[in-house]
Amino acid sequence: MTRGLAFDVSHLLAGGMVLASFMLLYQDRVFSLLRVFALHALVLALSVAWQANVQAAPHLYLTAVIALAFKAIVIPVALHRIVVRLGIHRQLETVVGVGPTIMFGMGLVALSIAVILPVLPDADPLAREDLAFALSVVLLGLLMMISRRNAVSQVIGFMSLENGLVLAATGAKGMPLVVEISVAFSILIAFIVIGIFLFRIRERFDTVDVGAMDSFRGERR
Amino acid sequence: MIFADLIQIGLLAVPALAASVLALLPGYLVTARLNMGAAAVTLTLALLLTVARPVPGLYLLVDDLNIVLIVLTTFVGFTTSAFSASYIAHELEIGRLTPAYLRFYHAMYQVLMFAMNLALLANNIGLMWVAIELATLTTVLMVGIYRTHEALEAAWKYFILGSVGIALALFGTILVYMAARPIMGQGLDAMAWTGLLSAASGFDPALLNLAFVFLLLGYGTKVGLAPLHAWLPDAHAEGPTPISAVLSGLLLNVALYAVLRFKMLLTANAGALAPGPLMVTMGLVSAMFASFMLYRRRDIKRMFAYSSIEHMGIITFAFGMGGPLANFAGLLHMAMHSLTKSAIFFAVGHVSQAKGTQKIADISGLTESHPVLGWGLVLGVVAIAGMPPLGIFMSEFLVVSSSFARQPLLAIILVLALLIGFGALFLRLHGVAFGQPVGKSEPVKASYVPMFAHLGLVAAAGVYLPGVVVAWFRNVAELLGG
Repeated sequence: MTRGLAFDVSHLLAGGMVLASFMLLYQDRVFSLLRVFALHALVLALSVAWQANVQAAPHLYLTAVIALAFKAIVIPVALHRIVVRLGIHRQLETVVGVGPTIMFGMGLVALSIAVILPVLPDADPLAREDLAFALSVVLLGLLMMISRRNAVSQVIGFMSLENGLVLAATGAKGMPLVVEISVAFSILIAFIVIGIFLFRIRERFDTVDVGAMDSFRGERR
Repeated sequence: MIFADLIQIGLLAVPALAASVLALLPGYLVTARLNMGAAAVTLTLALLLTVARPVPGLYLLVDDLNIVLIVLTTFVGFTTSAFSASYIAHELEIGRLTPAYLRFYHAMYQVLMFAMNLALLANNIGLMWVAIELATLTTVLMVGIYRTHEALEAAWKYFILGSVGIALALFGTILVYMAARPIMGQGLDAMAWTGLLSAASGFDPALLNLAFVFLLLGYGTKVGLAPLHAWLPDAHAEGPTPISAVLSGLLLNVALYAVLRFKMLLTANAGALAPGPLMVTMGLVSAMFASFMLYRRRDIKRMFAYSSIEHMGIITFAFGMGGPLANFAGLLHMAMHSLTKSAIFFAVGHVSQAKGTQKIADISGLTESHPVLGWGLVLGVVAIAGMPPLGIFMSEFLVVSSSFARQPLLAIILVLALLIGFGALFLRLHGVAFGQPVGKSEPVKASYVPMFAHLGLVAAAGVYLPGVVVAWFRNVAELLGG
């Protein structure tokens, strides 16, 4: 019975992350994008905490707290302030329409299920389904980075991708803490990098639209 | 043994310490010398490590494979710091770098050395991943340091593509752990190279295959293999030239080293797919694609960046073919390419400072206006194009001849790519080095020692390789397996 419950809840939470990834795909305003990302990180934190409970691995609670505090609160708030300060809270344009993007995203989910499930036939179903969901989140994050031209959305896409990686790492039972801390740490560094870049891009271009940079490609004269 | 352990720690501690000191120290002269000094100490430690070898621990490992690359990395790191000292002085003079950014630059240089040493020394696949991520982030910051439109775009592109690559590699790393866990149990052992390699035969092959695909795509992005190479030319062209030299000469090698380690795991597992054909295909595509791209370059640094893609393709091809001879050739080519390409970037750095431009069309007659520099560049390009009797000729000859015996068709494609690249390089070299000098030309206050030291080594290796080195490389080639 507990076994069944453990499986169902982790399934639900990991599935919730995939759903949040889909929600990220169709947001067309910066602030709602940030809110959905906070939701994404919140579901990740719950999912990691549940894994800590199921696997009886207390160190995973630390990862959950990091995800909650850092990614669900600090980063969205900080990005929100940056966006306000730079005055770029207008509509985001996407490269491809919402419809095709969502369809393509569904294809990616099907792909990751088709890839992961046959590979781990005799592993415990918990790890297997978790990994399939995690790969979906990673691929959806990639899709978001490709389908958006705006630097803020690309950053959000990248961070949702990293959330998928944390999900995968916690799903792998007993994986040493080294990796989880490093993932959190790398996001911290990545965020600093991004912050600096947003600032510099603003300074030089007066817009955070990456499309504006295309004309400065070094090869042209 | 304690002595050896200390040296091993020192390889990491010296750059880390130097980075924190350099971040605080003002002034050009002191910091440039300190940077050189720290690099020299690291090189000495690396050389000592060849004699005294520490016992592999849970986190760090020194074996025959990585010691070669550690010595190469610290050597090029040292010579580049010497080149950087004269290069940066000029950048300060013309105001492209402010003193605050100089401090940042030197600190980042040492952080990069730390990250590369850690990636090579790591015995833990997670730790290695962290080190490569750190190296990526450092170089992103360095590429964007001039803060021009082009530099920012290049850095952003590099950051996005690099982090996607890194993310895929982490997914692969997690899958390797999952493959290892049923055999080796939970915890750190299941992530250590030493343990993984001996137990690899029992891993689930399907999981290992999937992991390798992610790892090859992920770390392959960092190696600059086509079609994942898009960041590489921009990053090389827009950053400071010493960073271009370190990127091409060292960081690409480090990423390839990671791929090689995982390839060894797959080779050790009988049920897993052969990693060779995947690597051969990516290598050939990269070499061929980059050779064609060489023709249309207008920017001199960008051109040599494409040449780096070509050579990484050749090296990946050689390791993909596998077997003692091809592995030997691949290792030799790795070393020769590092030395030659960084020497070329040293020359190109001085050239672009003397002429005030990186556009190939605006540079001509270098052998007339700057004889030493011009002939140095000619020698470098002759070497990189694979003319006998220099080192690259020998390693390319070995790659081609060893693959001709087994896969003549693939070898022909490779030779074709080499010839096409050869033509492009000489076409451009002719315009740049000979003819009437045009445009502005300032005298260069530079030390040519690093450049000629590298080229001298490459020339010497082409004529005669010492028996010790041959034996060492042969041993590593055996280790790498089929």
